Amino acid sequence: MNTWKKDFPIFQKNPKLVYLDSAATSQKPKVVLNAMQYYYENYNANVRRGLYPIAEKATTAVEDVRKKVAKFINAKDPSEIIFVRNTTEAINLVAYTFASHNIKRGDSIVTTIMEHHSNFVPWQQLAKMKKSKLKVLDITADGFLNINDSRFKIQDSRFLAITHVSNVLGTINPIKEIIKQVRAVNPQITVLLDAAQSVPHMKVDVQDLDCDFLVFSGHKMMAGTGIGVLYGKKELLKQMRPFLYGGEMIREVSIESTTFADPPYKFEAGTPDIAGIISLGAAIDYLGSVGMNTVQKHERQLMAYGLSRMEEIDGITIYGPKDVEHRSGVISFNLDGVHAHDVAQVLGDMGICIRSGHHCAMPLHKRLGIPASARVSFYLYNEESDVDRFVEGIKKVKKIFGSKV
Amino acid sequence: MDTQTLYREELLEHYRNPQNFGKISNFSVSAKQKNPFCGDDVEIFVQLEKDRIKNIGFEGRGCAISMAGASIITEFAKGKTKKELTKFSEKDMLNLLGIAVSQTRKKCALLALSVLKDCLYGIKSKS
Repeated sequence: MNTWKKDFPIFQKNPKLVYLDSAATSQKPKVVLNAMQYYYENYNANVRRGLYPIAEKATTAVEDVRKKVAKFINAKDPSEIIFVRNTTEAINLVAYTFASHNIKRGDSIVTTIMEHHSNFVPWQQLAKMKKSKLKVLDITADGFLNINDSRFKIQDSRFLAITHVSNVLGTINPIKEIIKQVRAVNPQITVLLDAAQSVPHMKVDVQDLDCDFLVFSGHKMMAGTGIGVLYGKKELLKQMRPFLYGGEMIREVSIESTTFADPPYKFEAGTPDIAGIISLGAAIDYLGSVGMNTVQKHERQLMAYGLSRMEEIDGITIYGPKDVEHRSGVISFNLDGVHAHDVAQVLGDMGICIRSGHHCAMPLHKRLGIPASARVSFYLYNEESDVDRFVEGIKKVKKIFGSKV
Repeated sequence: MDTQTLYREELLEHYRNPQNFGKISNFSVSAKQKNPFCGDDVEIFVQLEKDRIKNIGFEGRGCAISMAGASIITEFAKGKTKKELTKFSEKDMLNLLGIAVSQTRKKCALLALSVLKDCLYGIKSKS
């Protein structure tokens, strides 16, 4: 029996809901919703500028969350935590500032074929603009990165943009080893890690991984939909030009010129999503009370159960690593003779929420040779009965489309 | 719209055994489009005799609704003139399919019509 599901109001209001799309966005526990409501009802004020008590309280609340996030990912300093809108914005911030300044004509940027568009398109476009080379690391047949064969690609490259966990294949890339190997071959390289599918689901330690930048979204880890985080090493943030210009990120402004604030504020122009930041703090508290190891263990058990039940289905193709040690709770699949969209439609009408399409990973789907796939993903509030109902749903799909059940 | 009605037998039959499937040999015009949201793609080949559609075929891969749509619209268009088809609207297409689709699936339902219009009138529509 899942002891955490009752913490999420959406399941009280929709008892029949089987939500298997947490890779797209997560459901929120009552404590997170309460924290946002409490802020708006009790100390709603703008941050960092007001002198009256509720402004002080709001400012302190935001800076407390910054410290909390730093601790959550083991950053050296809260000033290494920049609040942005989401993972996509965080990556674009690095592309527009650090990368734009440091990547020159003829330089190489390396990314992988399993990236989400947010960690692929910015680099592709930057390479075009700068007349630099974009190199793309391939995958093996079982969905792992072909890192060994790609040594030549990494050797002279200036920048590596890589995902921690694939939102399609579920592959958990061995980032610590990869970064170690990469730095041994190429000490000058800068590494950005897309942790959108890892930070919500497992313990992530930026110092241990030794990435230069790390990005993730609040809405995928039980917080609101306007908050995300960019982590960057202090020395790098210091050198980077601002991203957006305006209020809050300045020190002094005159007619002729402006001096800028230190990081993190240098990169936080305008009023942030204060309620979102507060929701992120509450989400970290909630996840902390459960324990990230427990979260990961729960998902792994569900994923193992899911995989075993799915493998019983005739005509199903499952993508990504077969072994549960190397995958997170994301399972993409196809059913012979039925388009992923139709699978999702039938299941959706039964109250079972799965995703279908290319999951913002068109190059990966082309590489896999498929136009689309269906995807289930697990989180803390899922239980075995969700998997059972999903499998029943697949049987119904097969019946409707005339295949042998 | 519930599953029963959306995937009624008639529609499924068009999906399993689509009408006019395959590239025709003497086509005068062709057009192709992809629905990026779910990876449906449809290419339509039209053989025109003056203003009339003498023969028509389509190729493609996609969901049941997009493929049934292509089957149904090519069947409907066969023998008709370009002039007759100018007035054929998105609403008409949905009526022809006989289903009400959600906003997301609308693109699937209307894909073939859009390709056909590209074919006949050469208007590059937004995919």
